[in-house]
Amino acid sequence: MATTAPPESIPAHSDDHAHDDHDHKPAFFARWFMSTNHKDIGTLYLIFAIFAGLIGGAFSGMMRVELAEPGIQYLDTFARWFGAVDPDFNATLHTWNVLITAHGLIMVFFMVMPAIIGGFGNWFVPLMIGAPDMAFPRMNNISFWMTVAGFCSLLISAFVPGGLGIGSGVGWTVYAPLSTYGSQGPSTDFAIFALHLAGAASIMGAINFITTILNMRAPGMTIHKMPLFVWSVLVTAFLLLLALPVLAAAITMLITDRNFGTTFFDPAGGGDPVLYQHLFWFFGHPEVYIMILPGFGIISHIVATFSKKPVFGYLGMAYAMVAIGVVGFIVWAHHMYTTGMSVNTKMYFTAATMVIAVPTGIKIFSWVATMWGGSLEFKSPMVWAMGFIFLFTVGGVTGVVLANGGVDDVLHDTYYVVAHFHYVLSLGAVTALFAGFYYWFPKMSGRMHSEFLSHLHFWVFFVGVNTIFFPQHFLGLQGMPRRYPDYAEAYAYWNEISTIGYMIMAASLVIWFANIIYAFTAGKKAEDNYWGEGATTLEWTLSSPPPFHQFETLPVIDEKAVH
Amino acid sequence: MIFGKHARAASRSLLALGMGLALFAAPQAATAANPAAASAALAEQAQVDDAAVAAEAQASEASAPAAPIDRMKPTEGKGMPVAKGLGLQDQYSKLGGYGAWIHDAVLMPIITVISLFVLFLLIWVVARYNRRANPVASKTSHNTLIEVIWILVPVLILAGIAVPSIDLLAKQFKPAGADALTVKVTGNQWNWSYTYPDNGEFELVSNMLNLPNYPTINNGVRVVKTDPSDGPAQLEVDNRLVLPVGEPIRMQITASDVIHSFAVPSLWFKLDAVPGRINEKTLQIDEPGVYYGQCSELCGPKHGYMPIAIEALPRDEYNAWVLKQAGGVIDGQDEAGQAADDAAGAEADAPAEGEAAQTESQANDA
Ligand code: HEM
Ligand SMILES: [Cu+2]
Ligand SMILES: [Cu+2]
Repeated sequence: MATTAPPESIPAHSDDHAHDDHDHKPAFFARWFMSTNHKDIGTLYLIFAIFAGLIGGAFSGMMRVELAEPGIQYLDTFARWFGAVDPDFNATLHTWNVLITAHGLIMVFFMVMPAIIGGFGNWFVPLMIGAPDMAFPRMNNISFWMTVAGFCSLLISAFVPGGLGIGSGVGWTVYAPLSTYGSQGPSTDFAIFALHLAGAASIMGAINFITTILNMRAPGMTIHKMPLFVWSVLVTAFLLLLALPVLAAAITMLITDRNFGTTFFDPAGGGDPVLYQHLFWFFGHPEVYIMILPGFGIISHIVATFSKKPVFGYLGMAYAMVAIGVVGFIVWAHHMYTTGMSVNTKMYFTAATMVIAVPTGIKIFSWVATMWGGSLEFKSPMVWAMGFIFLFTVGGVTGVVLANGGVDDVLHDTYYVVAHFHYVLSLGAVTALFAGFYYWFPKMSGRMHSEFLSHLHFWVFFVGVNTIFFPQHFLGLQGMPRRYPDYAEAYAYWNEISTIGYMIMAASLVIWFANIIYAFTAGKKAEDNYWGEGATTLEWTLSSPPPFHQFETLPVIDEKAVH
Repeated sequence: MIFGKHARAASRSLLALGMGLALFAAPQAATAANPAAASAALAEQAQVDDAAVAAEAQASEASAPAAPIDRMKPTEGKGMPVAKGLGLQDQYSKLGGYGAWIHDAVLMPIITVISLFVLFLLIWVVARYNRRANPVASKTSHNTLIEVIWILVPVLILAGIAVPSIDLLAKQFKPAGADALTVKVTGNQWNWSYTYPDNGEFELVSNMLNLPNYPTINNGVRVVKTDPSDGPAQLEVDNRLVLPVGEPIRMQITASDVIHSFAVPSLWFKLDAVPGRINEKTLQIDEPGVYYGQCSELCGPKHGYMPIAIEALPRDEYNAWVLKQAGGVIDGQDEAGQAADDAAGAEADAPAEGEAAQTESQANDA
């Protein structure tokens, strides 16, 4: 494992172009629809994730608008958008469940994962380890297009009958038996099929990353010299590889329960609905680390770069991620405290879950220690990274509250949980994504963005998302259940504030797009290493954007090189 | 009561909608004007219908209360959420008190301090180690002592949290005792049914009261606030779950179709209603009152409209209430068997068959 790949193991593929001009690229269709180039595929993933994120974000806007006041105001109209003809009240309410389901699945499987693993992973893992491309370029291509196909399947599911209304209203967790005999019609089958496709795509991606990272590192780059982003993607890829097959099994059982008369999850035939939850969360908990670990990697690089210091406690940082990955597999039932578990099981899962806080604490404190004694420069990625550290801490500590099985009895399935997971995802993972975006956008595009707009984007976004999600802690403590389109008058105040926060957040995205347009129209040309001396990984030795095929001569990592 | 609000909601939220959608999806932005029209129309229609609604509520069978209903009037703010509330609902059970103490006195201070500590560190490095204040970066990247400290201190904090937390769990699992009252709760799409096996097996079906200016949610059920005993809209039901105070009650919870969850925040109680399983948990309520809760597991379109209302009475009033129910007897009495037969009729529409069989084999693990 710890040996360095001999140069011969680099695929012969790159030899084809070895003596060509660097900018020799295939024609448009071949380049973007049949791509085998990790950077182009990474770009495709990023564009796709932005697109999917806008749709998922539009869905959350529809939800926030409905939740602005008690009562049902807009769902009837939304039901018609999805194709319902004269929806009755059930069909109207069903639309709410379709919105939460589509929003949750899109954000998890078609926004965060494609962006952070497919996008940044594809772009920068090969660059950072000094490899010319991914190990299996064609598999890379098919895993992208399968993700797109999965997304289409999910969109179709929103427009076909799904029981009492149009679309699938089962929640992103797809719990049986609501998702089996509780949802007639093809919609839920399409939603499940979307998960199959996205899952298969991710498994292929994971195999590709593991192979690439283990076999294609430049001479001299031992495993303990790998940049932390590469470490984070390696751990994530193992989580994907081990967790997704379990999801695939669970949802395949859903399909056979729905269509072929099996009763895995139906008590009438000896099955058990809770079995589904165990299978789902055995995947689902690692999944939340899948979404956040690559973000950890990105943040480590940014913090080190703008502190002009090597990252503090490199080995501790790497193995904290490994520990989070390992422990992440043995805590799943903390999502199931109210299903009727025995006291010993609950005690075990409480204790095991709290253990995760330790490696997470190591990460947070090591980032602070990296900045300690540094010479900090608050360029846009750094501001986002510092925002990440704080927001992720807030999301993390509420996780410690929820870890307590006895306390979760009152918080489970309330808005407290919605606040918690949005702090780690919508504020954590997404902030890490924006941090990575500003860090690497000039490297990918060759154009500098506006620092002013980036900072403005950060502050407006920061105010917006906190206004959306902080009050939701109060709602949850007061007992407002999640997945409700309507609520008692007492919950009106904080819900209205939350919706105002959404508008602020939405405004920040306008700034972001303005920034991208600015970069492409008026942005300065980016130098090779536009962040200066703090940026030490291999991607900074290349031009911006890097040549179509890089590292035709492998870089050699010097014995004493720091990370 | 709230059409005016609806109209205001419409116009105010239209802004949100317009902004959000114009931003996001062009095709949706194109139709962004629809909701305004739709809900204005709705409000108008609601006004016209208002009289009709009220009249209908009066007329609908089994629901027109000539005299006020003989049941407890809830106390404002007790057993229900309060407007602009920031923290947990007040607790009316011993374990709830303990749980709330753990949350308010142990967890909240700890997580607040940790969050502020991290915030302070970030502000500190910004102030102290910015490029102007510290032009030359140190190259320190290891310090074993500090690394050991930031592993050990969190471990100790977590261990400190674990002590009361595990203790709470152990107490929550204390069985109610052999002679405790057993009450069976069944979640259905979209109401709750309550059976009293120790009191003659009679059954109540509990539906949310209909809401003014909404389409009918539960047929044959009156509109909320048409009786002085009615609590908040969306939380009040026609038949409350009546329980005695001051004694442990064995709550057995199951479902007849999909999963639901029986949750009452002010009693620190939440347990999933899973078809084919009977989950069991002890509930002990400290004082008389009306305590509201809501279904807490996604169960289909009307998941939001199957609330829970518990009316807790002193034992003698509870007994009196039981005797007023068709087939109701006080536990331990000989006529129990006979009364159960009488009640059998009422049981006829009880949940899924096959469930009784599972009651035994699946004896809960709670
Ligand atoms: C800032 C923009 C966002 C807003 C305003 C928002 C809003 C919401 C709302 C209103 C719900 C439904 C809550 C309920 O009724 O239970 C929800 C659920 C959810 N959101 Fe978001 N969200 C945002 C971003 C995200 C992001 C970035 C992610 C993930 C990476 C995410 C993941 C989820 C998940 C997994 C659910 C649960 C869906 C379910 O209950 O099945 N959200 N969000
Ligand atoms: Cu989890
Ligand atoms: Cu429900």
